[in-house]
Amino acid sequence: MTDTLIARPHARLPLPGPLPNRLQLTEDGQLRHMLTIEGLNRELMTEILDTAESFANMNEKAVKKVPLLRGKTIVNLFFEASTRTRTTFELAAKRLSADVLNVNISTSSAVKGESLLDTLRNIEAMNVDMFVVRHEESGAAHFIARHVMPGISVLNAGDGRHAHPTQALLDMFTIRRHKGDFTKLKVAIVGDILHSRVARSQIHALNILQTGEVRVVAPCSLLPADVDQLGVQVYNDLDEGLKDVDVIIMLRLQRERMEHAHLPSEHEYYQLFGLTARRLQLAHPTCLVMHPGPANRGVEIESAVADGPHSVILEQVTYGISVRMAVMSMVMGAHQA
Amino acid sequence: MSVLIENVRILDPVDGFDAIGELVVQGSEILARGQAPEGFEPRRRIDGSGLWAFPGLIDLAARLREPGQEHKATIASETLAAARGGITSLVVPPDTEPPVDSPAEIELINRRAHQACGVRVYVLGALTHQLEGQQLAEMAALMQAGARGVSNASKPLASLLVLRRALEYATTFGLTIVLSAQDPALTGSGCMHEGAVSTRLGLAGIPEAAETAALGAILALVEQTGARVHVARLSTRRGAEMIAKARAEGLPISADVAAHQLFLTEVDVAEFDPNCHVIPPLRGQRDRDGLRAAVARGEISAICSDHQPHEPDSKLGPFASTEPGISSLETLLPLTLRLVEDGLLSLHEALARVTTGPAEILDFAQGRLTPGARADFVLWDPAAMHEVRSEDWLSAGRNTPFFNWTFAGQTRETWVAGRPVWTRPAEDTV
Repeated sequence: MTDTLIARPHARLPLPGPLPNRLQLTEDGQLRHMLTIEGLNRELMTEILDTAESFANMNEKAVKKVPLLRGKTIVNLFFEASTRTRTTFELAAKRLSADVLNVNISTSSAVKGESLLDTLRNIEAMNVDMFVVRHEESGAAHFIARHVMPGISVLNAGDGRHAHPTQALLDMFTIRRHKGDFTKLKVAIVGDILHSRVARSQIHALNILQTGEVRVVAPCSLLPADVDQLGVQVYNDLDEGLKDVDVIIMLRLQRERMEHAHLPSEHEYYQLFGLTARRLQLAHPTCLVMHPGPANRGVEIESAVADGPHSVILEQVTYGISVRMAVMSMVMGAHQA
Repeated sequence: MSVLIENVRILDPVDGFDAIGELVVQGSEILARGQAPEGFEPRRRIDGSGLWAFPGLIDLAARLREPGQEHKATIASETLAAARGGITSLVVPPDTEPPVDSPAEIELINRRAHQACGVRVYVLGALTHQLEGQQLAEMAALMQAGARGVSNASKPLASLLVLRRALEYATTFGLTIVLSAQDPALTGSGCMHEGAVSTRLGLAGIPEAAETAALGAILALVEQTGARVHVARLSTRRGAEMIAKARAEGLPISADVAAHQLFLTEVDVAEFDPNCHVIPPLRGQRDRDGLRAAVARGEISAICSDHQPHEPDSKLGPFASTEPGISSLETLLPLTLRLVEDGLLSLHEALARVTTGPAEILDFAQGRLTPGARADFVLWDPAAMHEVRSEDWLSAGRNTPFFNWTFAGQTRETWVAGRPVWTRPAEDTV
């Protein structure tokens, strides 16, 4: 008697869950939702940036409005407080002539025990066309995109530590405007990589655009496991990490990092990882200084640098509107196609 | 009643018995294995041609959700799912609501189990009062009421001192202590394995050290106290190595692994599949291979389902806020036999990990087909293809990542104490 089971052909094991793009792209490769940068290709990224470029030109004119999304209803569904991101999304929607509804959930339904899906269904029932979602949990935008009615687009405005795709796109837009070609650039992302959705999206975006070198600079307690597998060079020393870089992206340090034993003090962090005018001299002379905001002056960045000639921090905010207009118009286009 | 099953391939992992012959059941016991006694006339004859008979499975960890969470599942619904899955004995962890920390809960569970389909249900008593990790539970009373061992389920203990005292006290009565190796502080708010995938998805990770640090403390206290400890649901290669070393040194320790840990990894979580949200988490490929190797060598001597049925709402949300667990009674046997197809185990070894292995850990008499043994067995149809489908799923929890997987073989009948408790419906074939 043999020990083998009766041999029969059986179906192959199913593939692991859907890749990010099965959810966010249509079959012909257009943006249906904007959930994550990961998995987008260079052509699509470039198309988004080119579209944003045309809106940027318009935004500099006296009449800043186009009727592209006239009659469409866009809901800003924010489960986490935000001023900058929400207002630029709102402005972007209004410049595309859409109607905008701002819903801040952190204080209303969530407290009453209403589930995320219930909230979604209720607003969906008002015949809306697009959700712009910010949520403190990673994967929230994916969850909503998976359960939303067909025809409604979901834009991720930040989910937990996972992704903040439009922030990364506006950063790429800013870099491209100043530097052009990415392939020769060295970019350093400095600070709390572990908790940063912005850093994750930036790393994917920079790699898709074939950036020469992407560095992350942080103490080991603020680096996620196996971070090098995202395609970055890891530095624990800021002076070394800044050497000859063309772009420095500083990340915000949250106060609660001290409470959870990631760091001893803001003081020591600033001594070791704060961007000062002295340290900036280690970078390339035409280096850009960026920050997704809001910056903690004297914690991660010196005021003289934040307001200095290398800083493009306010430009990032301005371009945020154009990039969000581009993404909004493209996802609505994909639905109408 | 007496029953004779003829022409059936009898597989008994207790001694490697493997022959086509007759299996004779008298009352609730096995009368003969291989050949019926001369002149024996059964009340009923069953043709077992093409079928296999092997001992019913003993599952060391199944949440039946009763009492307290009947909206997820009931003893009635889950024992039927177990029977379909070829499981004839279930061990229930004490984390019901209220927890099993007095004889009353054990009596309630026993009563409900007696009203259900017949699958045997055993209970682990609480190690500490209300599972709060502070004060010891009344273990002697729990044992007298029928608890097979004591456990704090997945709940933490206040300190290593409490663990030490609990081990000592349980040892007074010869009770086996079932522990999960999971340091609560290192686990934190983690919801998946800490590694490249958690980094990519931005989900809080549970490091390997959450298991190995806790295991190190457990091993030190087993050495100190001589307590008999069973470590439930290992998830790391390194943890399996620590168990193997401790066993080689003669410590009275054993371990099991959930079947899904031998097939899935962190990669299956992508993109945020809540059906792959389990604690301990699905880990890396190296861990999975290490666990498989430890199962093959017998260092991990039992495979369990770690069954955790949920109502649909529990799995509807962003990944971290969904409840962990897989509904897995109906996939334990197919997955275990898949290990034979994968060339990891012989058929007898695979069956041993779900019968004699767990029987040894909690001193069960069943898990064998020798004369005089309890007549708990499975009639298995090795030629039937079986696709895991939501339509014929019996558990009230439909939270499984294994829907649409296809397996060779299917349960035809499951018997407990000499009577069939589940028979495959005629149309239930692929």
